[in-house]
Amino acid sequence: MSIQGLVRPVVRSAVFSMAHLPGMVLSGSKPRREVALDGDGLQQQIVSNLRSFADAVAYPPHQVMIGNLSPEILDTIERPWHRQPVQNARSEGPGGRFIDEAALYAWMARGDSSRLLRFHESLPPEMETALEVHASGEKTQRIDKEAMANAVLRGAEPFYMGGTTDPVGVMMPAHDSDESLTAPVLLENAVAKVTGALALSDLLKESNGQPVDHLLGCGEEAVGDRYQRGGGNLAKAMGEMVPGEICGGTDVKSFCAGAIHAMILGAALIASGMHRRVVVVGGGSVPKLGMKFRGHLQAGYPILEDMVVGVAIDMTADDGVSPILRLDRSAFHRLGQGSAAHQMAEALSAGPLYAHNLKLSDVDRYAVELHNPDITEPAGSGNVPHNNYQILAAIAAKKGEIQREQMAEFAAAHGLPGFSPTQGHIASAVPYLPHAIAGLTSGTMQRVQCVAKASLFLGRMTGAGDGASLLIERNPALIH
Amino acid sequence: MIDLKGKLVLCLGERDGIAAPALQACVESAGAEVIYTETQCFV
Repeated sequence: MSIQGLVRPVVRSAVFSMAHLPGMVLSGSKPRREVALDGDGLQQQIVSNLRSFADAVAYPPHQVMIGNLSPEILDTIERPWHRQPVQNARSEGPGGRFIDEAALYAWMARGDSSRLLRFHESLPPEMETALEVHASGEKTQRIDKEAMANAVLRGAEPFYMGGTTDPVGVMMPAHDSDESLTAPVLLENAVAKVTGALALSDLLKESNGQPVDHLLGCGEEAVGDRYQRGGGNLAKAMGEMVPGEICGGTDVKSFCAGAIHAMILGAALIASGMHRRVVVVGGGSVPKLGMKFRGHLQAGYPILEDMVVGVAIDMTADDGVSPILRLDRSAFHRLGQGSAAHQMAEALSAGPLYAHNLKLSDVDRYAVELHNPDITEPAGSGNVPHNNYQILAAIAAKKGEIQREQMAEFAAAHGLPGFSPTQGHIASAVPYLPHAIAGLTSGTMQRVQCVAKASLFLGRMTGAGDGASLLIERNPALIH
Repeated sequence: MIDLKGKLVLCLGERDGIAAPALQACVESAGAEVIYTETQCFV
């Protein structure tokens, strides 16, 4: 595909909202189910092994997420990384910032358009302050402990502040018999909406007030009622929470590959001249909180899946500086290409490069699924990025780019350590964007390939997987 | 080494490891009968 005559799309910035929600670990799918089976003993065990906000901020992989540390530094830090906190760690960086539970719950109150939240009549001082700061115009509904317990018996979903087993609030169900509007579903969707809106808000604060022509949502939540369970357009709901000129929105769905699909589609909208500025937004996942808590407890780790992360990615027409989104060197996984790891890597990484006379070794870094191995390995899920780089190195060897003995060297030179919270679509390639944009503008990098895969088979409608890749290149204006 | 000929097999795959259809292809080639396949994703 030629891009001659089309507007060149660029990626200007990517911002993450890192919501540290230890109290909401109990609302994660796995802990919620297991606590219901095991009772209070397990609940107390989980609560006793949660991290503090300061610990989450000082966690080295999180400092990489917000751009205060480079990913490569993690290779020099002994694992497990939670035992090596960063001294004087800052909660803000060029790639995003942390949000604590109180602020997140206050933003939920601010975005409670259907008035479904109820807060405890007596809240911790930090929660009261957060409501004043972030939801000052909202009249929060307060109930006492007994009313809260009764609401839970009638289907309301409680939420907590870390270290306590008394809820600070509940999400009410929106309907007596609509399973798409049950309280757990609504809580999941509200947190996704707010974490995405927070990232979008921060991204727009740092830009120059240029209108956003379109938002593309890339999350994995199903927003709707029983007649349209996954009706969607959470992107528009996020945009509504943020000041500024935002024209509209659409959701793009493909499991964990949603963000890369959305980036390609957004770049195409810019290239076509239809829009000048498109922002990809995604909220984080509550169900994934604490998914591997058993493994963490067994290893003597704190429960590391306590982060819900939102993202906003700013794409515009060529500004003469920002890295170019090479639509002609992007790829969608096609039906019939096969879903095994080597088939995916051939289709998404080698295919679009070799079609344009590039080699795998011409790409400085591959941003694959960047799940933090400290989270996945104790639960037996392996080191996901490492496995992906092994496959890429094997393909490079098969194509004669390197010798078989050079595979480890190739993986080290072109790969990255995993540093992302296990938040599905959030972890898929995009955590590297702040570093890639810096490396491709003020640094020395020429090319980064973003690669994401999707487990479509989990929905039981197909046995197939999916994936997408997008090559990002240094702006030619910086080369000449 | 297990002789899979005539055995009934449950194929439980992992997305970032070996997917169930690949397991199925292998064990069927060794003469097993696959009665269930599922691929899971743990991230």
